[in-house]
Amino acid sequence: MIFPEALSCPVPILTHDTVQMAHGAGGKLSSEMIDKIFLPRFTNTTLEQMEDQAILDNPGGRIAFSTDTFVVDPIFFPGGDIGDLAINGTVNDVAMSGAQPKFLSVGFILEEGLSFEILHRIVLSMEQAAKLAGVQIVAGDTKVVNRGSCDKLFINTTGIGFVPDDIHISASNLKPGDKIILSGSLADHGMAVMTSREGLSFQSTVKSDTAGLNHLVSDMLATSTEIHAMRDPTRGGLATSLNEFAASSKVGIQLYNDTIPVKDDVRGACEILGIDPLYVANEGKLVAIVPAEIADKMLATMQANPLGQDAVIIGEVTDKHPGIVALRTGLGANRIVDMPVGEQLPRIC
Amino acid sequence: MKYLDEFRDPVVAKKILDEIHAVTTQPWVIMEICGGQTHSIIRNGIDQVLPKEIELVHGPGCPVCVTPLEIIDQAIEIAGRPDVIFTSFGDMLRVPGSHKDLFMVRSEGGDVRTVFSPLESLKIARENPDKEVVFFAVGFETTAPGNAMAVAQAAKEGLTNFSELVSHVLVPPAMEALLSSPLNRVQGYLAAGHVCTVMGWDEYDPIAKKFKVPIVITGFEPMDILEGILHTVKQLEAGTYKVENCYARIVEQGGNQPAQKIIRDVFEITNRKWRGIGEIPVSGYKITEKYAVHDAELKFEVTDIHTEEPEICISGVILQGLKKPHDCPAFGKECTPQTPLGATMVSSEGACAAYYLYQRIAD
Repeated sequence: MIFPEALSCPVPILTHDTVQMAHGAGGKLSSEMIDKIFLPRFTNTTLEQMEDQAILDNPGGRIAFSTDTFVVDPIFFPGGDIGDLAINGTVNDVAMSGAQPKFLSVGFILEEGLSFEILHRIVLSMEQAAKLAGVQIVAGDTKVVNRGSCDKLFINTTGIGFVPDDIHISASNLKPGDKIILSGSLADHGMAVMTSREGLSFQSTVKSDTAGLNHLVSDMLATSTEIHAMRDPTRGGLATSLNEFAASSKVGIQLYNDTIPVKDDVRGACEILGIDPLYVANEGKLVAIVPAEIADKMLATMQANPLGQDAVIIGEVTDKHPGIVALRTGLGANRIVDMPVGEQLPRIC
Repeated sequence: MKYLDEFRDPVVAKKILDEIHAVTTQPWVIMEICGGQTHSIIRNGIDQVLPKEIELVHGPGCPVCVTPLEIIDQAIEIAGRPDVIFTSFGDMLRVPGSHKDLFMVRSEGGDVRTVFSPLESLKIARENPDKEVVFFAVGFETTAPGNAMAVAQAAKEGLTNFSELVSHVLVPPAMEALLSSPLNRVQGYLAAGHVCTVMGWDEYDPIAKKFKVPIVITGFEPMDILEGILHTVKQLEAGTYKVENCYARIVEQGGNQPAQKIIRDVFEITNRKWRGIGEIPVSGYKITEKYAVHDAELKFEVTDIHTEEPEICISGVILQGLKKPHDCPAFGKECTPQTPLGATMVSSEGACAAYYLYQRIAD
């Protein structure tokens, strides 16, 4: 997502243009960086206490808790950057339990020499993503490492959300007959990052789909709390999430091939590089497993939300071939969609 | 998507498939040469919907599979040197050598980079004059023109820090070697469309005549492959053995002349080892004397690295269609896609890797 504010908001004036080792030393320069770069963007009453920890209200019940670390290269890519990715990634991991994400912590590892202009852009994009998701950043940490010890910056985010009592979403809940709903087209994020890496000599229009999915999940739970399982298929793609479901629930999964949406430009990039979109990362999509009786109603709810407007039922759960994900080809054959062995590599021919 | 969807149309594909069923009266063994075709056959499940009389044997046309172990070991030796930036197409990085793969070299501190074209390696060489930049030039006639172009361009610019580790192999000598084997079962070939795009098809006429096998130039989409099979079966049933072009939207008889010219300028024909098959006479390219300064094998003096294949691996007989992967005692045990012992398990395009998946659904 591109935020117009991020382009117009001027970089605060600091003593240095770039991050120095002293910015991580806890002295005056550390305070200057926190006061000028982080606090104005992440501000809320909890963070402003500037204590060593955040004290949060607990409404009771179960807590969903998740952490993720972001090291994406390049840090800016079409459709987003490492900042909104770090917020959305953890928001989504918490939301996939059915919890409403509320609080995040953010840890930065900054490479000595990183320009504050870049850091500021990333912090603005984190602010916007957190606002859109409705989460507060209530704790933070910054470390500076020697040049070469990290690549520009790494971000860790940890998130907390509260799970309503009547919701029990789990990868081990799949039942034969359940329908599989995908919220939109596959492989946008992974191909956006891959095609923007140095060394790829073709231009592409592919944009990352990075987005917080928690409001879409809220809409879905308002329609029915009977969602059996839910994941955001990030690394390893849809194929990996579905294989994890099949293994955890000891059921088979049957996909109807021609219903899996992939945008034309994404498909073109995949075809050129010899990469299967089923294995490519998404950052703004979810796959939900729901009982057949509520599938159409759930699909309609998802399609009414902009982040689910291209949602489609892509397959169903079966008691045949337990543990295996199979895909019906256009010719009527049935092929296995296995777990990937390693990262997807462009093929020679 | 134009030029793709019309060749994946299941309705038309079904019509061709029905015709194949109608014309097939007896068992036939057909080999698809190219790994890209194998990939498409497996991906679309074409082998599952053909008449049971038609057996597809997956040929040696997968560059990842047939690059000999000793060349991988040479690549690993070069890539580990501190003054070297080693560049390669992505899927070669995971191919195991005797002790490690190129990913492991990178994790140990080697500068190993994925590129999408040898011309990108050339750019790296321009930008790093104090480093030796090596490109791992593998593949068939398809990748040869680009790899030759990079060498010619390096020579023109005086980029003596650019070299290629060449392991180029050629399709027609392998086809002939397979047909010459006393145990050969292959009765018809689907020739590799992309190779013919570069080289044309004049080389295939003598093979078709000598061995009395139909050779049908075939593309990579489901309809291309079904069309290729249909024409091969029709010839087999009629007892004819012509070279036919079923990839006419791209392939011309004379091939791509400028591409052939640059290949002739930079490469000369040599004997090559094929992983799983062994040495085949006049079956590959090496860099000519004129461009010797760009030959990494000479520059880094790795010609004395020789490695034998693990004895247990039977990929050679699998590539000839004599045995099926599950006939191998190591299949699915010591040998899996994560720990491949030989050619046909190395790449997703290899027969063993493909069967590894099918074996599991049959359980």
